[in-house]
Amino acid sequence: MTTILRLTIVEAARRRLLWVLLALTIVSVAITTWGVARLVDLASADRAGLSPLQLALGVSQVLILAAFMFSFVLAMTGAFLAAPAIAGDVESGVVLALLARPVRRADVVVGRWLGLAIVVGLYALAAGLLEIAAVGAVTGYLPPNPLAASLQLAGVGIVLMTFVLALSTRLPAIAAGAIAVVAFGLAWMLGVLGGIGQFFGVAALEAAATVGRVLLPTDLLWRGTVFALEPPAVLLGSRIAGPAAQANPFFALAPLSGLEVAWVGAWLAIVLVIAIVSLERREL
Amino acid sequence: MTDAAIDTRDLAKAWGRTVALEALTMRVERGEVFGFLGPNGAGKTTAVKLLLGLARPTGGGGTVLGAPLGDRETRARIGYLPELFRYQPWLRAREVLALHCDLARIPGAARGAEIEAALATVNLAERGNDLVGTFSKGMQQRLGLGVALLGSPDLVVLDEPTSALDPVGRTEVRSIVRAVADRGATVFLNSHLLGEVERVCDRVAIVDRGRVVAAGRPDELGAEEGVRVVVAAASGGPRPAGGADAVDVAAAAAEVAARFGPVAVDGDALRVGCPPGSVPDLVAALVAAGVRLAEVTPVRSSLEDRFLEIVAADR
Repeated sequence: MTTILRLTIVEAARRRLLWVLLALTIVSVAITTWGVARLVDLASADRAGLSPLQLALGVSQVLILAAFMFSFVLAMTGAFLAAPAIAGDVESGVVLALLARPVRRADVVVGRWLGLAIVVGLYALAAGLLEIAAVGAVTGYLPPNPLAASLQLAGVGIVLMTFVLALSTRLPAIAAGAIAVVAFGLAWMLGVLGGIGQFFGVAALEAAATVGRVLLPTDLLWRGTVFALEPPAVLLGSRIAGPAAQANPFFALAPLSGLEVAWVGAWLAIVLVIAIVSLERREL
Repeated sequence: MTDAAIDTRDLAKAWGRTVALEALTMRVERGEVFGFLGPNGAGKTTAVKLLLGLARPTGGGGTVLGAPLGDRETRARIGYLPELFRYQPWLRAREVLALHCDLARIPGAARGAEIEAALATVNLAERGNDLVGTFSKGMQQRLGLGVALLGSPDLVVLDEPTSALDPVGRTEVRSIVRAVADRGATVFLNSHLLGEVERVCDRVAIVDRGRVVAAGRPDELGAEEGVRVVVAAASGGPRPAGGADAVDVAAAAAEVAARFGPVAVDGDALRVGCPPGSVPDLVAALVAAGVRLAEVTPVRSSLEDRFLEIVAADR
């Protein structure tokens, strides 16, 4: 398993993926930080300047929007990394020489998963914390829980990566990647629809959203990320707005519950087991 | 348990409705170079995949190095060059070999020497630090052969090992295969290149439609010896008035020749399956019977002829 884990990380480095991610992160952090700094300057120059509350509201919204873009980037990174991880090796034939060795197929799946989880997780943590720190340095605003936000953002990427890895034990890389992109979008849409359902009291929509979150908990983790980035004042406002705020995908009323965190962990374990069984039964 | 390197009984594999292997029964002794021949689609690669546990049989069974098919621990003693040889293009040749040392559980101390020996054997020592992605197809196949030889495995399975090699490379592969056999290991050589198999294998099996249709030593299989006799018409011209033409003469001569071995008549030619020593007697008998001979040529069918005959007869 450690052999495959090492191989996966070397592959990410050799295929210049790590360097591309690093460069893109620096560019996006630089652009958003510069943008936030300009906005704060502009607002401060107007009349008597910004109150701390206005600053917190404005900057936190920019951070949430940046995180939204980043969650999308992370999900796609996870999907594009995982789609060829097994399917690509099967299609090219690399897997034949590999699996004719005394290796367990489970070790191949778990090694691949761990390697990709490390790449996606570290990238998400590093980029997320860097963004929050850079914005904090120029505006003075720090969200209530930067680490929780970055961890849950990493979770979005890892969940989608795991989903695609399982698909790639059976499907061609391109099909696995395409399904993942659609599933990620659907999960997000279901989350929004569920919020609207809650507002209008449509039980069917709420139920659909719950099913969506159970099947692919990316939206669950996204809401958790948003919550960790919101200043307390926004939360207060959201609570007053009630269910209406829930319909907005850029607001969250509550952090993930213990049950929800446990489900994300269980979901990862279940999908990984499915991936292992699927590759073990696959004939080459 | 069996002492054979490979022993299969009615091994069968169907992919959905497509039957790739009908009932493969064969035995490969330890230390021999075994040629597995067959036309395209005969089930050769499927058989190899079953032996290595890459696919599961739908019928029958067998053992490899004394263990059931697909046994994981046994795979540590098998080297395999797949027909579809591809190695991580972003690794250097030495790194691919190191990866396989790791996967084959070759002890750390022996790895350096194993890798250098493999590179030297397949003539890639100077390209060892180059990325596999920059290799030609032939070089990748050489690397694959090096990977299969790591750790001196007891069984080396080579699936079409020279498909991407030039004639020089093919000759080198033959001597590598012999060297593997000389150290006592078994080589299972899957090929449709008959000349190659004839030169290097101790025994061959010809497989068609997933069954062994012939097996034996290459010289036994291709050992149909004899003589080809072309007769002339009874008196001079090709079709003289009142005289028998060459075809009639051939038919008459066949009766005489039948005393020396099986006879096949083809127009004015006879093919007589007789040992080389009785050719003078055959010629004398034909002349004594009044047959005028236009041509007498010794023939010995190659493995290729036999292969074509056997496969044609099977269809």
